[in-house]
Amino acid sequence: MSSLSYAAPATVDEAIGLLAGASGLAKVLSGGTDLLVQLRSGRTRPALIVDTKKIPGIIGIREVDGGFVIGAATSGAMIGEHAALAAVYPGVVEATNLIGSTQVQGRASLAGNLCNASPAADSVPAMIAAGATAVIAGPKGRRTVPVEQVVTGPGRTSLARDEFIVEFHLPKRAPRSADAYLRFIPRTEMDIAVVGAGVNVTLDAAGVCTAARVSLGAVAPTALLVADCAAALVGSKLDEHALAKLDLAARDACKPIDDKRGTIDFRIKVAGVLARRAAAIAFERAAARS
Amino acid sequence: MTFIGNKSDLKVVGTRPVRPDGVDKVTGRATFGADYTMPGMLMGRVKRSPHAHARIVSIDASKALALPGVKGVVTAADFPDIPSEEAFVGEGPMNFRDLSLNCIARGKVLYEGHAVAAVCAISDEVAAAACDLIDVTYEVLPHVIDVEAAMAPDAPLLHADMFTANVTPKPEKPSNIAKKVHFTVGDVAAGFAQADVIVEGHYSTQPVHQAYIEPHACIASAGADGQCHIISSSQGHFMIRAYVAKLLGMEMSNLKVTPAEIGGGFGGKTVVYLEPLALAMARKTGRPVKMVMTREDVFRATGPTSGAVIDVKLGATKDGIITAAQAVLKYQAGAFAGSPVQPGCMCAFAMYDLKNVDVVGYDVVSNRPKVAAYRAPGAPIASFAAESAVDDLARKLGMDPIALREKNAAKAGTKTAYGVTFAEIGYEQVLAAAKNHPHWKAPLGPNQGRGIATGFWFNIGGESSASVFINEDGSVNVVSGSPDIGGSRASMAMMAAEVLGIPVEHVRPIVADTASIGFTHVTGGSRVTYATGMATVQAAENVIEQLKTRAAMIWDIPPEAVEWKDGQAVPAGANAGGFDPLPLAAIALKAAKTGGPIGAEVSLNAQGAGPGFGAHICDVEVDKETGHVTVLRYTAVQDVGRAIHPSYVEGQIQGGAVQGIGWALNEEYVYNTKGLMDNAGFLDYRVPVASDLPMIEAVMVEVPNPRHPFGVRGVGEVPIVPPMAAVANAIRGALGIRMHALPMSPPKLRAAVDSGVG
Ligand SMILES: Cc1cc2nc3c(=O)[nH]c(=O)nc-3n(C[C@H](O)[C@H](O)[C@H](O)COP(=O)(O)OP(=O)(O)OC[C@H]3O[C@@H](n4cnc5c(N)ncnc54)[C@H](O)[C@@H]3O)c2cc1C
Repeated sequence: MSSLSYAAPATVDEAIGLLAGASGLAKVLSGGTDLLVQLRSGRTRPALIVDTKKIPGIIGIREVDGGFVIGAATSGAMIGEHAALAAVYPGVVEATNLIGSTQVQGRASLAGNLCNASPAADSVPAMIAAGATAVIAGPKGRRTVPVEQVVTGPGRTSLARDEFIVEFHLPKRAPRSADAYLRFIPRTEMDIAVVGAGVNVTLDAAGVCTAARVSLGAVAPTALLVADCAAALVGSKLDEHALAKLDLAARDACKPIDDKRGTIDFRIKVAGVLARRAAAIAFERAAARS
Repeated sequence: MTFIGNKSDLKVVGTRPVRPDGVDKVTGRATFGADYTMPGMLMGRVKRSPHAHARIVSIDASKALALPGVKGVVTAADFPDIPSEEAFVGEGPMNFRDLSLNCIARGKVLYEGHAVAAVCAISDEVAAAACDLIDVTYEVLPHVIDVEAAMAPDAPLLHADMFTANVTPKPEKPSNIAKKVHFTVGDVAAGFAQADVIVEGHYSTQPVHQAYIEPHACIASAGADGQCHIISSSQGHFMIRAYVAKLLGMEMSNLKVTPAEIGGGFGGKTVVYLEPLALAMARKTGRPVKMVMTREDVFRATGPTSGAVIDVKLGATKDGIITAAQAVLKYQAGAFAGSPVQPGCMCAFAMYDLKNVDVVGYDVVSNRPKVAAYRAPGAPIASFAAESAVDDLARKLGMDPIALREKNAAKAGTKTAYGVTFAEIGYEQVLAAAKNHPHWKAPLGPNQGRGIATGFWFNIGGESSASVFINEDGSVNVVSGSPDIGGSRASMAMMAAEVLGIPVEHVRPIVADTASIGFTHVTGGSRVTYATGMATVQAAENVIEQLKTRAAMIWDIPPEAVEWKDGQAVPAGANAGGFDPLPLAAIALKAAKTGGPIGAEVSLNAQGAGPGFGAHICDVEVDKETGHVTVLRYTAVQDVGRAIHPSYVEGQIQGGAVQGIGWALNEEYVYNTKGLMDNAGFLDYRVPVASDLPMIEAVMVEVPNPRHPFGVRGVGEVPIVPPMAAVANAIRGALGIRMHALPMSPPKLRAAVDSGVG
């Protein structure tokens, strides 16, 4: 029978040392809401589990230079309860809070959601739209990468085996900026996104969009940052024309698969729908933040 | 004694006391199938087929047996190769040979998840590792999943000896069509010729799982003298005993089966899967063996009910008299014969008084798990098609759908197409209650629609045993052989308390093992409150006779001079003497001196179960861009005969409606091209979650069944019959599109919105 070791290091360096020195497969553990399910089903059989939650700072939210630093293992529940974060990045917070149920929220983290590398992860399009960056620690020190560069394919990330994420940064906001995230699921909860759409916009005093980022989930092997969608929004007040362009750009960007959760045709159409609806919410929120 | 008609006199029946099993269940003390342990117990696991259809070339368990901690392996070679024999043990017909082959494959695997071997070891981990070490060599065969593909002449054949039954002359070639059924009255061709309006539709439904929350679990032990014991969670421990004894070639008296608390069954626990394997391994190793399925096992290897393809055609005159009804139903049976197509055929049009009916059904095998009973087996599938067609007919006639149903409603004296003439039934009363409910006339908003559909189920009686014992202190035990799935212990205690005239708190009901109470058929067919209830009432009445006799002895007067009133013996009149009433407890205290313990057991075969009818009204809102359906409001009206414990009757109605809504909107088995199931778990097999549903309003109509002392009709199955058509008819109202295929999931609805065809 195979054996499984567990370690809960107290420092980042110790964690890196354990990951680097592991003889078999080593897995980083944050909330475990993906990892434990995969262990139980036999989908992953690591030799070592490195639990990060004892590392100081890996759980918690700080305001720094007008932006936010969110520890990699901070739970969805803590993120949802942070009033300042929810006011400035409502889209990231609502996306994170969509994960699972009350029970799952007590554990589920942004790092786990990102590094599980599911195309359908809810917080990821929202983080990408928000321009979030991940701080990755490794033997050579720390590097900061945009969230959209972390996942390279389903179940795969750009992290080396001795690297892990320690925190996420959300930049300082320009005035009249806001974000929104919507997902489509057949039920009302406890489901995996068939399509997800994160939209982040900045408006000028007249309500015209000056900057936008749009990200789509579950419609391609990784969450997409869609420049054409952003282009459809910039310069507009979200009139019919802009919405139609956004819808088309979103559909054009999709490279989905047919699976048990939805057909190609359905995913493409709904991506356009959700991009429009999320954009409308983001515009409304941004206008309210003047 | 009959109590019907005096509802106002009833003190216990119709009230809502706390259920006797409730505290244990909410505090976690109740012991379900997986909660039992025995000294020296081993854990068992099943090795399952990874293929949809394959010949088993060889099974080599030597590596598994060599793993430290492994105590035994069984394969089909360890079980008697029993001949074909029809059994009526569970809820539907079952062939003992098929059951044996379903529990452990012999020669061929017929679906992904089919058991090929079982192993027991000192821990679950070792058993799981041992499973992986069992080498099975397969020769993969072509498979067939869909029902119409399985009926094609060149389809891969599951059973070389399957010749369609009920066709003359007997077919020359075997096929996957196990059986044809045909019900006909009148002349449908003539009926359609009289019709001013005809509607037709081609419908399909997907198999759906009963989705009980508790996976199958059991523990089995075998004594050196051959006496065996099984504790398991099922809908009938006598059923477990009958099946296991047959499959292992045992005498029934050597096998005691104790019922565990059951975490849901809905029909799916009226068959055996693990018990024969666990007991075979217990006999082989001499140690108790416990087996618990994973949820994935449950999906791949148990249940569900059939998926089907159905063609329906209805004709009516301008003023709404249905002149002809015709249907062809093709039901998936899974890997072995025995879909519920026959009851489906019988129920399709049973709500209506029709002159010309022709219904043909086919029972078709394919490479899926063998279907098991699921609430009102067969009826919901047929009703989805039939009640969708009735809705189309009402629209085409420009008639209110309730008015159309009223015009054709079955009533006392109506002869059904399958031959039975209805006695007292409550369909008209149900329709009236639906029509008068405020829901039916409430306003609707944009993108919203309202649908109504009705449903019928036979309900059964059958064999039951119950006993009533008076304890020395005057408290009472009620013992029955019916596993309690829906609150039946509460109902038994209440009926006994009502008859005895004592508070229900003094009555403790239990479910006894197979050696401690007379034979009792499964908890299924909505039969327990009716049949076991009747046995309980009769046992209580017998006890009252004894109590009167004892009081007569104490008073030294003739027994005829004693009456039983409000829980006490009283002199029948002035002539009988001026004695103070003798309460039950006072008589119990003197039992030893008046003849010994007081108690009675009644075993009976209850006839005359009253059929049930329901009408469901559903409002939906459809998001046309995403195809998402929100159920806004749902009212379920049902003739319940008489509600013994109204909360549990309402619970049955609400639960049936919810399962039906899941069936309508999202539940389905997703198979890949290899014939393997892609969604064997609750994440992607989507039963409704609480936030998907409005409060389901249950409206109980009481048309008492005169053949039960309290007027009981079964209530557990009717409520799952109407929902699929009720939801479909509501979607039809919202979108103007008739959806023909279940589930009416978002991708299908969005595609229908885009194409204009459902
Ligand atoms: C019932 C249920 C419902 C769910 N519903 C949703 C849902 O609605 N939406 C959704 O998106 N997800 C859902 N999930 C999946 C899961 O909860 C989320 O992906 C969650 O965010 C994972 O976070 P975690 O901290 O639990 O990750 P873990 O399980 O701890 O880790 C997940 C993966 O990330 C890696 N990892 C963890 N931390 C780090 C790190 N710091 N650096 C590098 N790699 C790391 C792990 O090695 C592992 O591979 C659900 C899960 C369950 C069980």
